Amino acid sequence: MFGKKELQEIQELKRSYEIAVEKVLLKNPERKKEFTTVGGIPLNRVYSPEDIQDQNYGSDIGYPGDYPYTRGVQPNMYRGRFWTMRMYAGFSTAEESNKRYRYLLAQGGSGLSVAFDLPTQIGYDSDHPMAQGECGKVGVAIDSLADMETLFDQIPLDKVSTSMTINAPAAVLLAMYICVGEKQGISMDRLSGTIQNDILKEYIARGTYIFPPKPSMRLITDIFGFCSENVPKWNTISISGYHIREAGSTAAQEVAFTLADAIAYVEAAIKAGLDPNVFGKRLSFFFNAHNGFLEEIAKFRAARRMWAQIMKTRFGVTDAKAQMLRFHTQTAGCTLTAQQPENNIVRVALQALSAVLGGTQSLHTNSMDEALALPTEKSVGIALKTQQIIAHESGVTDTVDPIAGSYAIEALTNDIQTMAEEYIRKIDDMDGMLVAIEKGYVQKQIQDAAYEYQKAIENEDLIVVGVNKFRMKEERRDLQLLKVDESVGRMQISKLKKMKETRDNIAVQNALEEVRTAARDESLNMMPRIIDAVKCYATEGEICGVLREEFGEYTENIVL
Amino acid sequence: MAEDKIRVVVAKPGLDGHDRGAKVIARALRDSGMEVIYTGLRQTPEQIVETAIQEDADAIGISILSGAHEYYFSKVIDLLKEKEASDIIVFGGGVIPEDDVPHLLEIGAGAIFGPGTPTTSCSEWLKNAVKEKRAMETR
Repeated sequence: MFGKKELQEIQELKRSYEIAVEKVLLKNPERKKEFTTVGGIPLNRVYSPEDIQDQNYGSDIGYPGDYPYTRGVQPNMYRGRFWTMRMYAGFSTAEESNKRYRYLLAQGGSGLSVAFDLPTQIGYDSDHPMAQGECGKVGVAIDSLADMETLFDQIPLDKVSTSMTINAPAAVLLAMYICVGEKQGISMDRLSGTIQNDILKEYIARGTYIFPPKPSMRLITDIFGFCSENVPKWNTISISGYHIREAGSTAAQEVAFTLADAIAYVEAAIKAGLDPNVFGKRLSFFFNAHNGFLEEIAKFRAARRMWAQIMKTRFGVTDAKAQMLRFHTQTAGCTLTAQQPENNIVRVALQALSAVLGGTQSLHTNSMDEALALPTEKSVGIALKTQQIIAHESGVTDTVDPIAGSYAIEALTNDIQTMAEEYIRKIDDMDGMLVAIEKGYVQKQIQDAAYEYQKAIENEDLIVVGVNKFRMKEERRDLQLLKVDESVGRMQISKLKKMKETRDNIAVQNALEEVRTAARDESLNMMPRIIDAVKCYATEGEICGVLREEFGEYTENIVL
Repeated sequence: MAEDKIRVVVAKPGLDGHDRGAKVIARALRDSGMEVIYTGLRQTPEQIVETAIQEDADAIGISILSGAHEYYFSKVIDLLKEKEASDIIVFGGGVIPEDDVPHLLEIGAGAIFGPGTPTTSCSEWLKNAVKEKRAMETR
């Protein structure tokens, strides 16, 4: 990026700089022998044009909105519209969660993000034995369309976009959402939102799988196919590095394993006869914003550049929109501390700023009390306002990608890409992500990184303020915590029982048999049958029950 | 006489998929010289207790971040009583609000370790607890 003469001058300047450094070091040693990023990437004392001399501005960085999108997917980014401020929420019953959503929208939130409880995420109704003790705990309990109608009561689905963190049973919850839209008089081609629908990371990092990989991949490609034709504004998957990072991976691993998952989905969809230029436009991504401020910014940029290159060169995708990596970000839950929880507000602010400087399309900021319990309304409010302050007060949104051209950032972007490509090459050599997961390779890499991270904290190589340094003598926690009452489970079960008494049970049985037929016949798309079943109030547990019978269940490959 | 190795079952009860903590603590306990049996995800209380008895474990460590701690701790502890295996120490950690801890201790949990606890505090505590337990048994 620099002329020969210019580089020579820079090298001369560097020599005198190094002499000056040595003088300083003679007097005072530096704080550490080696400096690295949180993810272990070695950091130079200083970066200069020399470190990015091989880079070509046009082909490696480019202008925002131009291939390879290193600087962002839109030409004017946040000067046009801010990112979507999307707060992940949901707990207890559909009634309670509906109240929280309306509160968030009233506070200026611009999109919804639904958290489901674990039974819902794993395809069990609230009355299933495995659901005991879990109803409404980590999210809202949804058993049937009736609950979903309550959840979105008085929320016009053509005005908000809704993200749903649902994976193994994503087809069922999407079907419910489509039916709620229909009841509000909104056809499915006008619905916008996202389902997470990313099963591969469930096997390696998040744990809410149901079926084995093969039928799971088929459900996913059925959704791709159905939505391409019928729900064109819907993001059919949110390929997630977030949970991989939360499980303990490094930043480079987060990029590598997320993109390797994405490659597996694209391959499966192409195999199912779908066009990557079409479904590619509806792929979205989800990343973590962790502590290392510079490393995180570099990570987002590297991921964007890599995905554009992968889509173009590996899959021959020509549609620009299908080459763009659009992503949601959530600040890192695993960095929140139970000690001195107010400090978390500051951590979240810095993490959120890295996501904005990294060009995110939407953002969830964690609440300060999340290492202790589900967030209260007050703490969620502070988290949302953190985003508003970045958007409206900090000024970083007024010029596009202000961080580009920083020698350190561009060099780190290259470092992350190099490391992530090395992992992807290894996974390719194993014959792809499904095999790498089956072998436990990915899980092992993540766990090793998690263990190293923990050891680094215990050795005080990594400092966590309030935890291994700067502790307070006596801590009094006077935070009000949110507690989900045990009665939620009982209420949900009695609602479910009543609903089953009033619906047309013969229609339900017939619809469930249609779902079974489609499960057995791969030439049929499952989505229309699932929508029919949902419409006559077949429960999520009943639909997933049929699929469990047909597809079997995944058993974890324990790697330690 | 060489002490028998401490045997500990690290368990993930219920539907909670957050296993980072369970796996980190399993490795840390193993590195501190214990024999560790990790159950994997989605274990019912019955399965956990069964594993602990079969493996002749000294202790069960429960990791739970889903908020269902009240249910699972009391269920595991009750089942141990039922099977006359109350000598097995139960301890745990995860996202457990401080206010809930006293009750878990009251019903028989030996210790609850919150986020940010060094793994060494946990292994030191367990070593002492097992030592005391064994001393009681030989008495």
